[in-house]
Amino acid sequence: MFGYRGRRSAAVLVAIGTVAALTACGAKTGDAVGSAQAGGGAVVDTSGSAVKVGLLNSLSGTMAISEVTVRDAIKLAVDEINAAGGVLGKQLEPVSEDGASDWPTFAEKAQKLISQDKVAAVFGCWTSSSRKAVKPVFEKNKALLFYPVQYEGLEESPYIFYTGATTNQQIVPALDYLKSAGKTSVYLVGSDYVFPRTANKIIKAYAAASGMKVLGEDYAPLGSTEFSTIVNKVKASGASAVFNTLNGDSNVAFFKEYKSAGLTAEAMPVLSVSIAEEEVKSIGTQYLAGQLTAWNYYQTTKGAANDKFVKAYKAKYGADKPTSDPMEAAYTSVYLWKAMVEKAGSFEIEKVKAAANAGGITFEAPEGLVTVDGPSQHVFKTARIGKIGTDGLIEEVWNSGQPVKPDPYLKSYSWATGLS
Amino acid sequence: MKRAALGFGVTAALLFAVAPLVLGDFRLSLLAKYLCFAIVAVGVGLAWGRGGMLALGQGVFFGLGGYAMAMHLKLADAGPGNLPDFMILYGQLDALPWWWAPFANPIFALLATVLLPMLVALLLGLLIFRRRVRGAYFAILSQALAAAFAILLIGQQGTTGGTNGLTDIQGFFGYDLNDPVNQRMVYFVVAAALLAMLGVAWQLMRSRYGELLVAVRDGEERVRFLGYDPANVKLVAYVVAAGMAGLAGALFVPAVGIISPALIGVVPSIEFVIGVAVGGRATLAGPALGAIAVAWAKTALSERVPSAWTYFEGLLFVLPIVFLPGGIAALFKWRRRARLVPPAEVKEKVAA
Repeated sequence: MFGYRGRRSAAVLVAIGTVAALTACGAKTGDAVGSAQAGGGAVVDTSGSAVKVGLLNSLSGTMAISEVTVRDAIKLAVDEINAAGGVLGKQLEPVSEDGASDWPTFAEKAQKLISQDKVAAVFGCWTSSSRKAVKPVFEKNKALLFYPVQYEGLEESPYIFYTGATTNQQIVPALDYLKSAGKTSVYLVGSDYVFPRTANKIIKAYAAASGMKVLGEDYAPLGSTEFSTIVNKVKASGASAVFNTLNGDSNVAFFKEYKSAGLTAEAMPVLSVSIAEEEVKSIGTQYLAGQLTAWNYYQTTKGAANDKFVKAYKAKYGADKPTSDPMEAAYTSVYLWKAMVEKAGSFEIEKVKAAANAGGITFEAPEGLVTVDGPSQHVFKTARIGKIGTDGLIEEVWNSGQPVKPDPYLKSYSWATGLS
Repeated sequence: MKRAALGFGVTAALLFAVAPLVLGDFRLSLLAKYLCFAIVAVGVGLAWGRGGMLALGQGVFFGLGGYAMAMHLKLADAGPGNLPDFMILYGQLDALPWWWAPFANPIFALLATVLLPMLVALLLGLLIFRRRVRGAYFAILSQALAAAFAILLIGQQGTTGGTNGLTDIQGFFGYDLNDPVNQRMVYFVVAAALLAMLGVAWQLMRSRYGELLVAVRDGEERVRFLGYDPANVKLVAYVVAAGMAGLAGALFVPAVGIISPALIGVVPSIEFVIGVAVGGRATLAGPALGAIAVAWAKTALSERVPSAWTYFEGLLFVLPIVFLPGGIAALFKWRRRARLVPPAEVKEKVAA
């Protein structure tokens, strides 16, 4: 038991603590948050000769295999910019943090980069879950995140710039392509998380409006390697194509099963939206040759900017390392931020944002000329359908001809009303 | 007894006076997170250290408490009659699912954060302990439960947020969580809760029940032959530990702003136990200290060496268990015994 004095002193201390806590209450919800109280936003430290930028990627855990390549691409851009004299006369100092494939950790590290390192901008995140976890952190602190991966759309945060494709730059063109190739029915296979479920919702709405048939829809848990049931269902359905939103390791098992069930790219092609050059290498070209992908960039994309990017990347990280769409989007995002800062003439976040929102931020990227769409903070991107070759590279078979205007809420598509 | 009072006093002074003065807003909010883990650890210390039940599934109770709190806060953010943002985005729902509805009531939600985990633990415990499931079987069972619960939540994206969990929580019972002053308040609430839970554990450990619990741990059959029912003795510790984990989960939500299946599956459940092992499972302060130390080390190491910190973390788990089986707490005991200092000096040392 507590001693008499012990019990009393403990009670007193708890009481003091509670009173201290209650008297220290701040703003209520719905109050107009005063800039003095809740912080007028993140402060960028520009006092030194260098300005810090944050790199927030999973360097450990299941996502590390993909996200490390993105971190490398961001570092390449930072090094190039520093070698060319930096931004506004300041060198960039990258501060890398490990999100550890764990969403709460992403939130913690984002806060650390903003309040401890006082970075000018953060580049990174891959999964939608990690983006959803850090979104409130960036909005609360009024700090900038550049998100480089294709995603499911239906989001616009005032403090996030999305340099990967939204649905109307990847999934919708992919469906258009399948339709024009005479595929009248699809089977949907995906991992069980946000992106596939939302993507499939959009696909079903598209199909309903365009007369395409959706013959089935199956989800496997993230990391699952058991696909015999799903592949049998796909085979029995007799669909003319498969739309694949599986992520990571699951693809290996799926494509092996697909091949051993006797299904071929000629008879029933699989169009994947999460398989890039890096993944092709780990799945094995013998299972993938002839299958289709939808992205905005391939290592084989033509153009002087891409030749330079591929060459620089291989020189820095190894000749056997392929470049992929998310890497290119991450690399591009650093240059887009540089252009915004230079246009604003300041590292101050609100000024950088204002410069971007006014429009006219462009960069001659490896994928071609990209332009930031001011209001939505997304990027104009050319949609590209590719065919996986036996050499592990992806050859473009179709493109949208010009960069597609981003439409994260699919407002310009009549069939998409009611989706968001 | 005097020492315990002093210990509580010093802890309270550290938590309520020193930490807020020394630490900035960001570090203080991290400390609030560590203290939440410490609350879970106090419960694990009771169930495992004192009761011998290797509870490898505390994530379930942490999650139940966390989701109960987050569901209420999401509903409060959305406002009466509205669906939470993620349901509109991912679900094809016209109305709130029936099992969400009661959480709109703040009193129900607050009670549920603690009572729901306790109820689940009670039902489970009745089944498990009556059937005399123990040792590795108990550990495996609790682990499987944690895995199952996480998979269940991920599958129900439209109503639970799936892998994303529940995020973007703006308010805490009317207070704006974006305001640093309110974040501080949350820290104080967490610190007070930890002190209170330490008090509860201390009471239980010192009581006759506590003696009985240790007796069950060390010789379950003997206790049975003495006429006690070991199942009931274990059940109490297990249910109390579950309640503490639930409370910790509930406080974690305003402190960190997110609850997701990543916090309740197999790995986090093991991490709770590792903190306790590092700290010294059979003592009062050991589990809490260990949990804080492990969580702090995780942050510190990953900030210093972002690309190789997991190896250091692994080393950190292995070394204390090999070289210091009694945990950090044993270190203090050993020093005290070795130097044979008179009580007056001990007091000075602790106060310093």
